[in-house]
Amino acid sequence: MIPRHLEIGMGVLLVAVLMMAFYVHRMKGRAAETGVRVADTRPVAPPVAGPTEQVILYVAYDDAGLLRAQSARVPLPAGRQQRAQELLRALLGIYLDKNSPHPFPTGAEVRDVYIVDPGLAVIDTNSVLADNHRSGILVEELTIASLVRTLAANIPGINRVKILVEGKERDTLAGHADLSDFYDTLAISKASDQWAAAGQ
Amino acid sequence: MRWISFVLAGCWLLAIPAPTPEEKRISIYSPAADYSLSVTEREGKDYVGLLEILEPLGGVTAKIEGQKWQLRFNDSDAQFTPDSNKARIRGRDVDLTGRFLLENNRGLVPVDSLVTLLPNFLGIPVVFHTTARRLFISEAGTTYKTELKKTTPPKLVLNFSSPVNPTIGTEPGKLTMIFLRDPLVPSGPETVNFNDKAISSATFKENNGAVEVTVNGPVPLLASFSNDGRTITIAPAPSPASSITPAPLAAPPTATPPAPVAGTAPSAPPSPMPAATPRYFAVVDASHGGDERGAALSDKLAEKDVSLAFAQHIGQELGSRGIAALMLRDSDSTLTVDQRASNANSAHPAIYISVHATSEGIGVRVYTALLPSARENRGPFVAWDAAQAPFLSASQTAALRVAAELRKTIAVRILAAPLRPLNNVTSAAIAIEVAPQTGDLADLTSSNYQQLVASSIVTALAAVRDQLESSR
Repeated sequence: MIPRHLEIGMGVLLVAVLMMAFYVHRMKGRAAETGVRVADTRPVAPPVAGPTEQVILYVAYDDAGLLRAQSARVPLPAGRQQRAQELLRALLGIYLDKNSPHPFPTGAEVRDVYIVDPGLAVIDTNSVLADNHRSGILVEELTIASLVRTLAANIPGINRVKILVEGKERDTLAGHADLSDFYDTLAISKASDQWAAAGQ
Repeated sequence: MRWISFVLAGCWLLAIPAPTPEEKRISIYSPAADYSLSVTEREGKDYVGLLEILEPLGGVTAKIEGQKWQLRFNDSDAQFTPDSNKARIRGRDVDLTGRFLLENNRGLVPVDSLVTLLPNFLGIPVVFHTTARRLFISEAGTTYKTELKKTTPPKLVLNFSSPVNPTIGTEPGKLTMIFLRDPLVPSGPETVNFNDKAISSATFKENNGAVEVTVNGPVPLLASFSNDGRTITIAPAPSPASSITPAPLAAPPTATPPAPVAGTAPSAPPSPMPAATPRYFAVVDASHGGDERGAALSDKLAEKDVSLAFAQHIGQELGSRGIAALMLRDSDSTLTVDQRASNANSAHPAIYISVHATSEGIGVRVYTALLPSARENRGPFVAWDAAQAPFLSASQTAALRVAAELRKTIAVRILAAPLRPLNNVTSAAIAIEVAPQTGDLADLTSSNYQQLVASSIVTALAAVRDQLESSR
């Protein structure tokens, strides 16, 4: 004959075990869900709060081999540097879309933009953007021209742009377009206008 | 009146700047860093800043306390007294080979004292090549072996025990490699003679903080790197694709040798190795190569191979029309963009053509340089990044003509591109990026397509040959 207090104790323990099993099962499901989110390397979306502004993005089109000006409303912070970052993140959002006219590798990101002095902007991209970028003179030049011209069109006073990868200098973007030097925004604008004229 | 002439001649002589003597350097090689510093001459003796010597090797600070210059390197303290031949390091007296100098709070020590000073700071011995001012700190040095391969053409292969990065210069009769930051040590006799007509000898010389390896030969020599910078291969520059005689393009071949021109000196007997540098009309540069594959056009097809095939067709086409051309890369070798620019500039061509290939888009794109903002030339030294500037107009003329000729059969665009080494070339310079003609990747390996593109380019260049020649 099992004493009654032991029967009650066993019952309480059994209920506790069942509740623990249910809890562990729930936690495992959540952990699996979190794992999927970690693997998703898309860049963090720009802040959606705050007022939006009309901007001009210069979007590269591989089929025509030129840049097209495209207006968009983007939430922009007040600081010049933060505005530059959000602008380029909006531009990369277009390139990371599955129907992009100039596809970027998944996980490509602009890490930071620094306005070093009033006229110089330094764009720091992640290594995914450069390492997995398609290789070719035109396709690389389109990327550079798109970044440089979008910054110059929306952040007044920028006349030179330097591109770094993971904070370091690099010879070329993907084997062709030179990254060792500074880009003149005026020269890029002129060149891309000529592409448009030649493409029409 | 004669005294006036003397005064004027004297003034003229004074106005001529005296040749600047070469700056004296000392090079230090250590596992932490390889670096060079300027050497200052005081009272006929070479001096160097001790703080600058120690900075790359560890944490160092210096201050003046009373009459002494106090220096702390890692955990070691040292005191130096101006104008004294003794120093005190870690509580021990150390003799200097000359007086310690304090100039503008900068402590200078005699260069040849480093061999006794540094072991006291570092706790390890150092080896000092005194006359060459090269100091090795716990560094075995990079050794090398030379091997002359009796191929056709012959190749001198230098295998180094670790990667090297010399500055390479070419001039008629020799190729010079200067190793400033590489701890290269002698690995055999100072001069090695090769029993070869094209590559006669190689000399190793240590001087002024650097090693100079000179390869001598009667023909222009080119160097290429491979094996991650551990191997340098030196070979004669490829022969021109054809005769360099500037004959009219359409001139029929003559059956008899041309008569000597009246008034010229009797011609020398024909020599298989002409000593004079050939005058090339074009330098053709197949992009990428060796370790650098360029774009992956498909799983198996690399840009470096396709660009070489197109470049070879262009070279052959130039040759068949009697136009002298130099191929910068005729095999799967590695060349940096600076080497490409340097080799092209040494050949002084009328035009430089860089050849690329892509799987993106269709047809051919012709590029000229997208130059950075105005860079100032310093006296006779041209800004490297904008060396192309004076020739951009000639480049655009060539690009327009090439595009016009290609457009007869192939889709073409002309663009400006930030593509090195176009910026660094001191002649008309264009780049050609060939995409498939119809969108089918197989076009790129088609001999017919390669020939069509090459033939169009050469026809166009021949049409503007005089303009390009005049822009040299």
